[in-house]
Amino acid sequence: MDAPNLIAAVQALQPDATVREKTDRPTLIVPAEGLVALATRLRDDPALKFELLEAHTAIDWIEEDRFELLYLLASIAHGHVLTLSVSVDRENPEVPTLCNVYPIAEWLERESYDLMGILYDDHPDLRRLFLEDDWVGFPLRKDYEDDFMLERPE
Amino acid sequence: MSVNVSTLQARISGESTASSPLSTEEYFVNMGPQHPSTHGVLRLVLRLDGETVRDVVPVLGYIHRGIEKMGEHGNYRQFVHLVDRMDYLAALSNNWAVTMVVEKAAKMETTDRIQAIRTLVCELQRIQSHQLWWGVFGMDLGGFTPFFYGLRDREQLCDIFEKTIGARLTMNYIQPGGVMYDIHPDFVKDVKTFLAYFKSKLPEYDTLMSENVIIQERLRGIGKLSAERALALGATGPVLRASGVAHDLRKSEPYGLYSQVDFDVPVGTTGDCWDRYWVRMEEMRQSIRIVEQLIDNIPEGKTFMVKPAAKIKVPAGVHYSHMETPRGVLGVVLVSDGKESPYRIHCRTPNFNNLWCIGEMATGGRIGDLVAMLSSIDLVIPDIDR
Repeated sequence: MDAPNLIAAVQALQPDATVREKTDRPTLIVPAEGLVALATRLRDDPALKFELLEAHTAIDWIEEDRFELLYLLASIAHGHVLTLSVSVDRENPEVPTLCNVYPIAEWLERESYDLMGILYDDHPDLRRLFLEDDWVGFPLRKDYEDDFMLERPE
Repeated sequence: MSVNVSTLQARISGESTASSPLSTEEYFVNMGPQHPSTHGVLRLVLRLDGETVRDVVPVLGYIHRGIEKMGEHGNYRQFVHLVDRMDYLAALSNNWAVTMVVEKAAKMETTDRIQAIRTLVCELQRIQSHQLWWGVFGMDLGGFTPFFYGLRDREQLCDIFEKTIGARLTMNYIQPGGVMYDIHPDFVKDVKTFLAYFKSKLPEYDTLMSENVIIQERLRGIGKLSAERALALGATGPVLRASGVAHDLRKSEPYGLYSQVDFDVPVGTTGDCWDRYWVRMEEMRQSIRIVEQLIDNIPEGKTFMVKPAAKIKVPAGVHYSHMETPRGVLGVVLVSDGKESPYRIHCRTPNFNNLWCIGEMATGGRIGDLVAMLSSIDLVIPDIDR
């Protein structure tokens, strides 16, 4: 499916999904509440068949006071791709886990918790991945500070 | 809604699931972080019931350097140097993955010569990476000779890279806008000499390992991974293809000059260790085919399109690009706010996703087979920890 048809097909499943501008992959902004149901249908719908969660990452938009979570889905059978974008509040970054839809999400989400501090509701084993269990703070956040940090050039 | 955060201690405690007519007891063994067969600092906490593996808990972070955070503090050209240190056996592929996303986002032009050189060196490096894997695989299974054979042949390729690039491991060769230097005048001749040499040596690889009955007995039917589970666990590269899914970005989304060359994508049938072994052996032969088709047809043209010191500005937005490294799909998510350095950069590395298949493969199996399974995934630990 090409990008406009794909977006139309997903918007038929999730009518409140809006297109995210400034990306090079078809990207839809979806609310956190319906994420698990939507991902299940994206995976199981024979015309869409997104069987691979290729990557998952979080972006800290500190000036807008939110985290943006990106779920990069790919369908090997149909050769099309889709990105889901979910925004969560910076103060209370909770989002439902996708572990039951895509098992790899268990570790991708642990990485995202470890470095960005996103809290995944209902995650079976949410704990630090790279850093020690008693590490303080989440290094990839823009307001993280420690003694060895460099200044970001303008 | 409240989210609970767990710890490693909590993860490995819990009820014993030992089951045997004999009185048995579960126990934990730390494999790593200094175990020779993990090729780096991977630590696996094994829950064992006798010799049966009940659970595998990978513990990461022993070589975590925060490459993504460092990337936010340098410019795009500097980030290319950092990714060399992720999958150090495929440094050129890593360079290219970053270069690809930057060039795509900043709409930089390249010439056919640049693309031909990139395709050539990356395929040579795929051979080089698989040679090392083959040698180490043999060593992990208890035979020391393959290690010498693999390294002996890999050395030839190191010399070819050294002549053109000046480095043998961390190359920094493929840069946004071109390649660092033009190929050495001897490059074509050297590569042809190497191909003739290596084609005569590949039968030795088969007689030493592939046709060895002990190797076959130790690999067949061990560590099976079905196609559905491989996809669900996000595996890519030879691990996915050995399970029977012919997913290769060189075919499905050709970049470089891959659309102009003829090659096959080897796939396995059962997804056991033998299939993963065989897929990589066959990939070396396919890479030889690709190099043979390209080596006489390197077009003329420029090898660098912009001044090396030129500042690169990427338009604001989210950019993604991925490619097929020797170990699978390496994707780079680049978030730009229009400045000279990325706002956020994330690398989707093949080894990170492939690692988690070990739990699926090893649980219920024997501890003696675990090393063969680990080695058949071909992990490079700095690529997992980043």
